[in-house]
Amino acid sequence: MDDGRVHAPSDLLALLPLSLENVVFAAGGRRIIDGVTFRINAGLRCMIVGPNGAGKSVLLRLCHGLLSPTAGTIRWHSPEFARAPGRQAMVFQRPVMLRRSALANVVYALKVARVPSELCVERAREALRRVGLDSLAASPARVLSAGEQQRLALARVWALKPEVLFLDEATANLDPGATHQIERVILAMHESGTKIVMVTQNLGQARRLGDEILFVHQGRLVERAPAARFFRRPESAEAARFLEGELPW
Amino acid sequence: MVVVRPTTLALLLAFTVLPLQAQDRFITVASTTSTEQSGLFAYLLPIYEQQTGVKVRVVALGTGQALDVGRRGDADVVFVHARTAEEKFLAEGQGVKRYPVMYNDFVLIGPKSDPAKIAGGKDIVAAMKKVRAAQAPFVSRGDRSGTHMAELELWKASGIDLDKSKGPWYRDTGQGMGPALNTAAWMNAYILADRGTWLAFKNRGDLEILVEGDKRLFNQYGVILVSPDKHPNVKKELGQQFIDWLISPAGQKAIADYRINGEQLFYPNASDPDA
Amino acid sequence: MSSLAAAAVQALQLIVGADPKLLEIALLSLEVSLTAVAIACAIGLPFGAAIAVGRFPGRHTLIVVLNALMGLPPVVVGLFVYLLLSRAGPLGSMGLLFTPAAMVIAQAILVTPIIAALARQVTEDAWEEYRDQLRSLGTTKRGAAATLLWDLRYSLVTIVLAGFGRAAAEVGAVMIVGGNIDGVTRVMTTTIALETSKGDLPLALGLGIVLLTIVLALNAAAYVVKEAAQRRYG
Repeated sequence: MDDGRVHAPSDLLALLPLSLENVVFAAGGRRIIDGVTFRINAGLRCMIVGPNGAGKSVLLRLCHGLLSPTAGTIRWHSPEFARAPGRQAMVFQRPVMLRRSALANVVYALKVARVPSELCVERAREALRRVGLDSLAASPARVLSAGEQQRLALARVWALKPEVLFLDEATANLDPGATHQIERVILAMHESGTKIVMVTQNLGQARRLGDEILFVHQGRLVERAPAARFFRRPESAEAARFLEGELPW
Repeated sequence: MVVVRPTTLALLLAFTVLPLQAQDRFITVASTTSTEQSGLFAYLLPIYEQQTGVKVRVVALGTGQALDVGRRGDADVVFVHARTAEEKFLAEGQGVKRYPVMYNDFVLIGPKSDPAKIAGGKDIVAAMKKVRAAQAPFVSRGDRSGTHMAELELWKASGIDLDKSKGPWYRDTGQGMGPALNTAAWMNAYILADRGTWLAFKNRGDLEILVEGDKRLFNQYGVILVSPDKHPNVKKELGQQFIDWLISPAGQKAIADYRINGEQLFYPNASDPDA
Repeated sequence: MSSLAAAAVQALQLIVGADPKLLEIALLSLEVSLTAVAIACAIGLPFGAAIAVGRFPGRHTLIVVLNALMGLPPVVVGLFVYLLLSRAGPLGSMGLLFTPAAMVIAQAILVTPIIAALARQVTEDAWEEYRDQLRSLGTTKRGAAATLLWDLRYSLVTIVLAGFGRAAAEVGAVMIVGGNIDGVTRVMTTTIALETSKGDLPLALGLGIVLLTIVLALNAAAYVVKEAAQRRYG
């Protein structure tokens, strides 16, 4: 039944949980990810925080599949399904738009996912409506503002109703107004059933959006806790120093 | 990889190959640059085409190259002016029969200043000896053309061993008649040229005809049908039809009628048994 | 009158006079070169893009060879195609020698490496920017090559014009495989060569100016179209 909604986690075809076991990623002689083991389950909005160079972006890319681990395993609940376009998606700090209209950019993603042609335009318009870009549907995507492009990026992935959405510092380049708009879209996506996994440098954002926090430091998962407890009383010394702003970059 | 849509490919092929393989009746004649550049073909061929409806496509090269094109079967008829090379072509079985068509003559061209003092002479051998003695600049075509071969025979007739005598005065350019004349004009050098190309040549500089009229300067043209036995693709009927026309009274008259500034260039002699 | 001034006058007379013979020659030049470029694009653009996004053993060697082939001497290509199409050669039975089709083939061979090598460079530079995003969306390598080619269309226009310039300007290849036959395979460049060798330098130069004018007009038209499209579609 294709109503566009994500199936319940107990479904055999569900992507989550995603399990990482002893994952190592080395490049240029350095271990950027140094033995990480955890599980991402459906439900909570997950924030990944940590100092610069901690390996947060790399960790996200490993989960999404843009990078392959040097050692260890990364396993989705149904791996073949995870490879289908759009089932688990990512939004980057700087979105890359094709040289076409905003609508055409969303249609492109739908076509890659082999959505039947007759449905593409309607689904694309619907996605643009949800993020508030329907008036700009015909505009060339590349002339949109940074905030509008990021909203377009979200529309593009939302059109396929992904089960998981990874975001890599998605609002780092945006002003507070645009940031607020993006956060609202993220919350709406979560409402409609998408698991959110976000890397952010913005602790305020982590506080606003996070249900649980993964604190990464020097390539290791140092602490994992519900957001409220993490910010009030972090267990690890590194997390405490990070929150105090004392950790060296 | 993106595949070119079949319709696009078909259109491209249709556009290029088909119209250009037009089913006009035509033959390919390999001839020499001097004949082409004298303008004879531009005059003669429309007459022939009007009479017979057959188009004649002339590929103009040096004599050596023209005969090689015949040897590869890329032409139906060869029309050149180097008797020895033509006889060799026939001996190889590459051609059917040689028919003499016309002759023109070579002239010895040189600068008005005439350092070798040969102007007005009627003896080509004596003139060549004087040029060599004066070591005056001399431009040779050096391209195995009929003109080049004639030049070499004249040096031989003068008793001059070119290999021994070659010096900075002798410029072996490896060019067609026109470019060689350009070079000679620029250098103010002596050069052996066919009268036809000279008359049509516009960039004369300080050059003029210094020696002419010696019988040894006569330049005989012959036409040969490329052997259909060796090259089955040769259009033997159409080719022979063209040859027959060239040696017919009508063709011979047309050749004689071709003038530049009122001067006749080519003298038809198909009926001459010695040609 | 100096030769240069005489040439300029000739050029003007030729253009204004619209001599039918000149028209025929100019049209043939355009037909041959444009067709050759079209074929070169059909082969070279996808090929270049595929190399840009692909990863396979020998890739670097292939890139070096492709770049080197941009410098193919036209006369060598002409010779090669001549030997191929001659009756004494492997494709002789097609009867293509001394026809415009042969000229198209020779020029296509000449231009394809240029289009492919430059397309490869331009696509590879863009791939750096697009790679993560396109892979994230699930685009296949093949799809990525096609997507990039369309996104880079404005840069590609310049590349295609470079290829056309090369084709329209060359004389060595078309002279050998075409034979410069009056009314059949005589194009602008071979006519210029012929008039030069006949010593009619002002006419030759005049024709050269006409050729340059045609190529300039084409470039201007392409530029205008490109600018308009860029303004509308971004």
